[in-house]
Amino acid sequence: MSATTTRDERYLMDRDRVLGPLFLLPAVVYILALVGLPLVLAVLYAFSDVTVADPRISGRDDFVGFDNFRAIWSDNVFRKALRNTVVFTLISQVIVLLLANILAMVLSADFHGKRLVRFLVLLPWTTPVALGVLGWFWMLDSVYSPIDWMMREVGLLGPDTPFGPARNMYWLGTTHLAQGAVILVHVWRTLPLATVILLAGLTAIPQDIRDAADIDGAGFWRQLFYIRLPLLLPIMAVALLFAIIFAFTDLTIALVLTRGGPVNDTQVLASWAYFKGIQGGNLAQGAAIALFLLPVLVAIAIAMLRLARRAGEETA
Amino acid sequence: MATTTASATETHTEQAGRNRGQRVLGRVVLYVVATGFALFAALPFAWMVLTTFKADSDLYRPANNPFVYNDPPTWHNINLLWNDTSYPTFILNTLLVAVVVVLITIAVVVPAAYALTRLTGRWGESLGILIFLVYLVPPTLLFIPLTGVVADLGLQNSKWAMVLVYPTFTIPFCTWLLMGFFRGVPWEIEEQAMIDGYSRIQAIWKTVLPVSLPGILTVVIFSFTLSLHEFVYALAFVQSSDQKTVSVGVFTELIRGDVFFWQSLMAAAALVAFPVALLYNYFLDRFIAGFTLGAVKG
Repeated sequence: MSATTTRDERYLMDRDRVLGPLFLLPAVVYILALVGLPLVLAVLYAFSDVTVADPRISGRDDFVGFDNFRAIWSDNVFRKALRNTVVFTLISQVIVLLLANILAMVLSADFHGKRLVRFLVLLPWTTPVALGVLGWFWMLDSVYSPIDWMMREVGLLGPDTPFGPARNMYWLGTTHLAQGAVILVHVWRTLPLATVILLAGLTAIPQDIRDAADIDGAGFWRQLFYIRLPLLLPIMAVALLFAIIFAFTDLTIALVLTRGGPVNDTQVLASWAYFKGIQGGNLAQGAAIALFLLPVLVAIAIAMLRLARRAGEETA
Repeated sequence: MATTTASATETHTEQAGRNRGQRVLGRVVLYVVATGFALFAALPFAWMVLTTFKADSDLYRPANNPFVYNDPPTWHNINLLWNDTSYPTFILNTLLVAVVVVLITIAVVVPAAYALTRLTGRWGESLGILIFLVYLVPPTLLFIPLTGVVADLGLQNSKWAMVLVYPTFTIPFCTWLLMGFFRGVPWEIEEQAMIDGYSRIQAIWKTVLPVSLPGILTVVIFSFTLSLHEFVYALAFVQSSDQKTVSVGVFTELIRGDVFFWQSLMAAAALVAFPVALLYNYFLDRFIAGFTLGAVKG
């Protein structure tokens, strides 16, 4: 202890009270300047008249009250986007939760080629999303879709067939099919994330609990409903919260796959904010649209903190 | 308890024959389901690779079986991509942005993570969680105000805008990640170094950093791949093709109106997607450990 004291006297930089804040400073400044400030600006923008050409808020007369909100709300496309964002997220995440449980169970078993299966199954998450979605974009092409070709071959598509007489389904050009495609790609993209989080929880179930259940003669379904699922519940919540964030705030899938079309039927909040704010140059309205993402995100952050605190109490 | 075990063993022997049948069935189901999921996940990528080597005469005949090569495979599309498009520029931009982002991230994250594990006492952990939560603030909420900030700084339409902004998502997660590594370094070796006369900074340099090298490598790979993944900011900040990165460049430049260079487009996507996937796989388990907020001790 005496060594520490003399050292403290010798070097100012050795004092925790000095070195701690100094070490933290760059990170804190970065986050405050480029996350904190933009968050504040997002709110200010939404009540102002800023554009791409004039992005500065210089005085009182730049504020326009609730004008932006009135303007975006009166636009039918915005209400479509709001509804789509909620519906796409809900449907895709219910499917993800179901499939992720199955897939995590598969990946927790031992079988030949497991490493390859794991690599392939994770591809949608490990590759840049914009590039993966381009693959779907081409598979769902209006003329050259291989799905259409298969349907034609088995007599489902073309003249005098159940889905005919057209020779193509126009997956991304028909409202409901395009909406289904966006949901499908959301599932495809977030399933790996939810699965690996669940997998981490699954491998953490103590082996002796499983052994005891085996010895007691509990079958597959009993073990599933009475042991696995209840023990997995907290980690499932974590997986779901993350997956919801990614699906809810997504811009890439909507933009690359359909560009919001046909006729804005797959427009979501993020893509509509992009079209209005960046493409249309109206930063203020774009910010107002994106601001509708905030309440859900705050709710998720609070839920996350609670989970983290509970986990901390359990391990303490 | 003993009786339960005994009767369980009895039924076990009785049902042995039926169980073997069930087990075989279970294995079959396992393989079928695993294959199904793998196909679903990998399908778009397999389709990309197949398309890349197709000749125009083959690809653009709707009657052709699209799953085979009706005409011989060709390198033509990759040559076209490499020589007649801005793809090489996109690749260079992407690498440049990613490397500088990695350097910034390391420079900011190493001291921050150290401070939060060693110097800030009790509230270091809470502050760490708070910083991690910053990672959850999505680009789609920030890209519009950041476009204004970037324009204000004179960085509009420049790849340096991405260099400036990408650390906002690499710093929070990597700080959290590295805190886990630093926590595992015994305090004694640092203390010993300081008793031996080293200053604190020297002690960190000589003991903590060498021991935490795997953690720092994880941070490098993580920030590198995430920079390669990013799409939203790149789309909002940059319009000229000489400043674009791969994920945005491929999407905006190789699709011209109604004319699609499908094979080159797919080649462009596949050439980047697979190396990135291999890198990502390397640190995925740590990534997940960070995501679960320590709720799971694996």
